[in-house]
Amino acid sequence: MSRLAIGLCLLVIALFAASLLIGPAGTGPGESLAALFAGDGGPLTLVMREIRLPRAILALMIGASLGLAGAAMQGYLRNPLAEPGLIGVSGSAALGAVLSLQTGLAAAFALALPLSALLGALIGMGLVMALAGPRGGSLTLILAGIAVSALAAALTSLVLNLSPNPFAANEIVFWMMGSLADRSFTHVLLALPLMALGALLLALVGRGLDALTLGEDAAGAMGIDMRRLRLTIVTGTACVVGAGTAVAGAIGFVGLVVPHVLRPLVGARPSRLLWASALGGAAMLLAADIAVRVILPARDLKLGVVTALVGAPLFLHLILKLRTERI
Amino acid sequence: MPHRAGPCILAFPRASDRRRGSGRRSGAARLACAALAALAALGALTPAALADAPDRVVSMNLCTDQLAMLIADDGQLHSVSHVALDPRASAMADEAARHRINHGRAEEVYLMQPDLVLTSTLSARHTTAMLRRLGIPVITLAPANSLEDVHDRILEMGAALGREDRARAIAAAFDEDLARLRATATTRPSAVLYYANGYTLGDQTLAGQILLAAGFSNAASAAGYETGMRMPLEVLAMTAPDTVVTSRRYPGASRAEDIMDHPVVQALRHSSTAAAIADHDWLCGTPHVLRAIESLVRTRRALQGDGS
Repeated sequence: MSRLAIGLCLLVIALFAASLLIGPAGTGPGESLAALFAGDGGPLTLVMREIRLPRAILALMIGASLGLAGAAMQGYLRNPLAEPGLIGVSGSAALGAVLSLQTGLAAAFALALPLSALLGALIGMGLVMALAGPRGGSLTLILAGIAVSALAAALTSLVLNLSPNPFAANEIVFWMMGSLADRSFTHVLLALPLMALGALLLALVGRGLDALTLGEDAAGAMGIDMRRLRLTIVTGTACVVGAGTAVAGAIGFVGLVVPHVLRPLVGARPSRLLWASALGGAAMLLAADIAVRVILPARDLKLGVVTALVGAPLFLHLILKLRTERI
Repeated sequence: MPHRAGPCILAFPRASDRRRGSGRRSGAARLACAALAALAALGALTPAALADAPDRVVSMNLCTDQLAMLIADDGQLHSVSHVALDPRASAMADEAARHRINHGRAEEVYLMQPDLVLTSTLSARHTTAMLRRLGIPVITLAPANSLEDVHDRILEMGAALGREDRARAIAAAFDEDLARLRATATTRPSAVLYYANGYTLGDQTLAGQILLAAGFSNAASAAGYETGMRMPLEVLAMTAPDTVVTSRRYPGASRAEDIMDHPVVQALRHSSTAAAIADHDWLCGTPHVLRAIESLVRTRRALQGDGS
């Protein structure tokens, strides 16, 4: 276990450093780090502190959130296909964020942006949970997710198309695919409070999820309050996904891929999968954000493109596996 | 103003045949039109050849709207485009409100029965082609990419409207004011035109020429970023221009425009007490560009700490 923890931490640190050192300014690593820490007030300091550092921090935070949310949802629903992006939570959060931006609420009160995204995520998640039922099978869960995703995406497009701003309609793809380009510390500060709250809530569910692997009755007998567990997971997931989506758009598949890859390495224990997936999610999003900058440096390739290219084949693989197991 | 026999048909005999059936056109006018059609077909339409000035003109493009409003005689300009009403884009929104408004659609413009339609060469080609098929003369003006173009467009508009004298007077005043404003500064502070999504403009554009005329050098061009290219924020920061000219935001929010409020752009703008914003004066090749140059000169003087 500790070997895995150390390995993942080193991976995250290495990718964080790489994220800080890669960019169109094309400066040497030594020079860049000196400018970051010493801060001579020159242009490179501006680049390192105001452009690359917030971007790397956001990738770390949002990746960790998505990994954590994926692991918690899969543990609770006991379904490897549960993931905030796939079941429409991210899409609903994006709808909430877009509504607060276009109505001017976000301009009037800064925290309105993440709070609206949280509300959107809560509604989306509530809908999916209600449609799929507490022990819904994979099929109902995915179908409910598709319905909620499609509705949220359609409403997001509608709101952006109705906007008086001529640029807004072009940003549909940002809200659907996600990007960290040109973000600043303003966005870090916007996302941080809710994300910290959500991560704290999700960190507390480990014991409950471990007990749940024995079945709901056994978990109940061990003193786990199922309703409280569900409420904690729904709230925690909505907080982290809402805060992340509000500043970076909906980024899919991280919560699907990371727990799947790490599950065998933690002996399939949900409590250990939680922190491992947080680290793994951070690593995956940092890597994806480096990839979009290396593949197309001059353009804003969306993060969701890279995560979907990795995640969709795995998703298909999981479906095939479930089919052979359950039919 | 003498009344015209009817709209002249430029090189579109099908429509002309249709009109002939209406019997409104005299033989002489038909001949004159045939001659005009031949001229237009050669691309050599000198509007001085128009015996009569048009008296029911519809303009469908923001830039031709403004030029026409400046040059046209009272009552000559019938309608301008709805964009001309928008104070964010139009330098003459109040003036535009005194005209009928069109939305650039062939159907509504045709029903206005204009004897001349003015638009930009960049406007919807299907619309202008349809109007021409319907027998309405259309004159297109190329967008201005330099301050010399502004002078030329004023004269072209004057010719199109049969108001050459007025156009010559406006062009002469424009040249005179421009010569007075044009900076003779020896040290040119650097500036970058930075718009939504990080797009920049180079020297070969009207905005680029405004920048140069006001005594700035274009740091984006110097860094190899030309018109229509995206300049990454990092490159903007490393270029460290003396000031950054951004554009005015539209209502409603967009992530594309957020880039102009990024701390990097703000840091590059803070040193300037009068950081410039490219507004409606920058968009079209009209004498209003002089106001843009004037305010940019003030920005430069503030940057240089005196009146140089």
